Amino acid sequence: MQEKVKVSGGTGLTEKEARSGKIFYTEDSLDCAFAWDTGVAINRYLAEFKKGNIIATECRQCNRIMLPPRLFCELCFVPSGDWVYVKDTGIVNTFSICHVNWDASRIKEGEKPHLPAVIEIDGASEGMGIMHRLGEVEPDQIEIGMKVKAVWRPKAERTGSITDIKYFKPL
Amino acid sequence: MRKVAIVGAGLTKFVRRALETPKELSYEAAKTALDSCGLRLEDIDCVAHGTAPDAFDGLHQNGEYMVDGCGGWNKPTMRVYVGGGTGVHAIVHGWHHVASGMFDTCLVVCEEKMSSAMPHAQGFFLTIFDALTERELEPNLLWIFALEMNRYMNRYGYTKEDMALVAVNNKKNGLKHPSSQFKDEVTVEDVLNSEIMAYPVSRLDVSPVSDGGAAVVLAAESVARRITDKPVWIEGVGWSLDTAYWATRDLYYPRYTDTAARMAYEMAGIREPAKQINIAEPYDPFDYKALHHMEGLQLSPRGKTVELLRDGHFARDGNLPMCPSGGLLGVGNPIAAAGTMKVAELFWQLRGEAGERQVPGNPRLGVAQSWGDLMQVSSVVVVGN
Amino acid sequence: MAILERIYRNIDNRYWNPGVKAFPVKNRYTAGVAGQRFFEEIKENGKIYGTPCKNCGVTFVPARMYCERCFARLDKWVDVGTEGTVFSFTVVHKTKSNEPKESPSLIAAVKIADGLLIHRLGKCPVDDVWIGMPVKAAFKPKKERRGGIEDIKYFKPL
Repeated sequence: MQEKVKVSGGTGLTEKEARSGKIFYTEDSLDCAFAWDTGVAINRYLAEFKKGNIIATECRQCNRIMLPPRLFCELCFVPSGDWVYVKDTGIVNTFSICHVNWDASRIKEGEKPHLPAVIEIDGASEGMGIMHRLGEVEPDQIEIGMKVKAVWRPKAERTGSITDIKYFKPL
Repeated sequence: MRKVAIVGAGLTKFVRRALETPKELSYEAAKTALDSCGLRLEDIDCVAHGTAPDAFDGLHQNGEYMVDGCGGWNKPTMRVYVGGGTGVHAIVHGWHHVASGMFDTCLVVCEEKMSSAMPHAQGFFLTIFDALTERELEPNLLWIFALEMNRYMNRYGYTKEDMALVAVNNKKNGLKHPSSQFKDEVTVEDVLNSEIMAYPVSRLDVSPVSDGGAAVVLAAESVARRITDKPVWIEGVGWSLDTAYWATRDLYYPRYTDTAARMAYEMAGIREPAKQINIAEPYDPFDYKALHHMEGLQLSPRGKTVELLRDGHFARDGNLPMCPSGGLLGVGNPIAAAGTMKVAELFWQLRGEAGERQVPGNPRLGVAQSWGDLMQVSSVVVVGN
Repeated sequence: MAILERIYRNIDNRYWNPGVKAFPVKNRYTAGVAGQRFFEEIKENGKIYGTPCKNCGVTFVPARMYCERCFARLDKWVDVGTEGTVFSFTVVHKTKSNEPKESPSLIAAVKIADGLLIHRLGKCPVDDVWIGMPVKAAFKPKKERRGGIEDIKYFKPL
């Protein structure tokens, strides 16, 4: 069979070659930061975190209890109805045991792996999960479907942030 | 709508770190595609190009920067961007230009230079997480894939070994691809023993960081027949985005792929994709993703995909070869260019020009798909000869 | 929660600013195939090169790998000299972060062959610059050159 695949260019360099001084390059980084407005729905969501509550919104058309709360239901495209408090317990929808940092470097020797999970919160509609971390659990003990409960920071330390919940621990 | 054909294709090598600038990579791919069908730039009416996040190349409005390397000088040029979905979506985008009757020819060019991003391209993905409800958890990109992979495996009882079979299959196919950045075959043991990154994701479950470019030439029917006697027709296109509230979705099933695939099959008049499609190029940045997408593409029954994989159904000489190019796992993953590479592979396969990688039995219909944004977009192209 | 409420409630919206948590990433830009040779000539020989396209009658400066107009691969390299003319200029009074500068400086687009090089103007009082003014590249001493546009210190009036 005749090969007619056309390939040209793509000159590979090793990191050593790139840094040898013979390959010309410049490096630059943007020295800037961002600030984000919370918006209406997340403003209340985070304000309730400070009080130790998780709050959702209900869609007045499909009656989904939506978490995180939103100003509108993206499925029905109508403004949300009432605010609804949900529980701070839930089940693990899925999880990971992560040994790398955000920049793809390995976590330090002896450091505990990060334990991200999607947690379906009790009281919200089925499948409504939020991403958070797990804690007070050995990595090999985590199971999908496991019941967990939020561990809140002491009231004085809360800032109105998703991290006002330190992590979720097994019930 | 007019019929649109692919008449030429070209690639650069995919490499970990390229000497070429993003413009030069684009040029190499675009020029090669034009040369492959004997066209000159003046024969091209418009340009559709794609590149994934500006942050990788470190160039704000990277599309505008790339334009001259894509052949877009003084021509109607439009960039499309749907994250990892960009590579196949750029073809859909180009298809619109020609199918509408506005243009007779369109050069589609995708490029990615991930090596510009230091210390690692993964870091640049931090900003995709919701600033208020997720970023304070200090997430990293691997989390979401690991979470999805775990959910998918758990739902159907698939094992890490099952997933590793995909990496082995694709990497083996890729060894015969002239653009591939790999030289060595891997075994299931290699994958399972590679260092764990974020359970269940190990190093060899993941496609590499790459630099590269890919391009195809599209033409309207009347023009295509003058350019080549073996046009490959774009028979169906589809695309769809799911909600950005990703944690509230059924992570074990790619609904966005389902919707996009059904749209493309309907347009192509395909009723039984699993029987009618001869070659599949599902998007495979991670090994599990190939299977996940095969299910979404209706090419394999949910939960039975591993069984078919183990039976050799998806091997190059199987009933439905999966990623005969080698895919992202076997060739490399310069994000946008990788998706276009998949369509280029179908072009060569359906013309019987894929050399050592050629799928036997004169394949007639192929499907390519890419996936991206916050795990929410799929773009699908069905091609036939 | 009616849509209208957002007008009234907006006022107490908090925001989150990662501050020092801004992620410390950077980009590395290779000069590329043409750029590699272009800067090599500046670094080693103090010469500026262009690449002419014979189809289009254009000589690109800085030298490029391809002609953007006809897509020809440009293999021929020509020494275009180190002199050019001021095609346009601007007098810069503010720093990158919008602070007033101690003294204003000149940035010019210097036309060499058919290309433009953006660079500083030196040895030129701000009031003396004019469009069309002939200028010449002032290179750093050879041992200080690294293979980049900064190997040219500035352009100065002839």
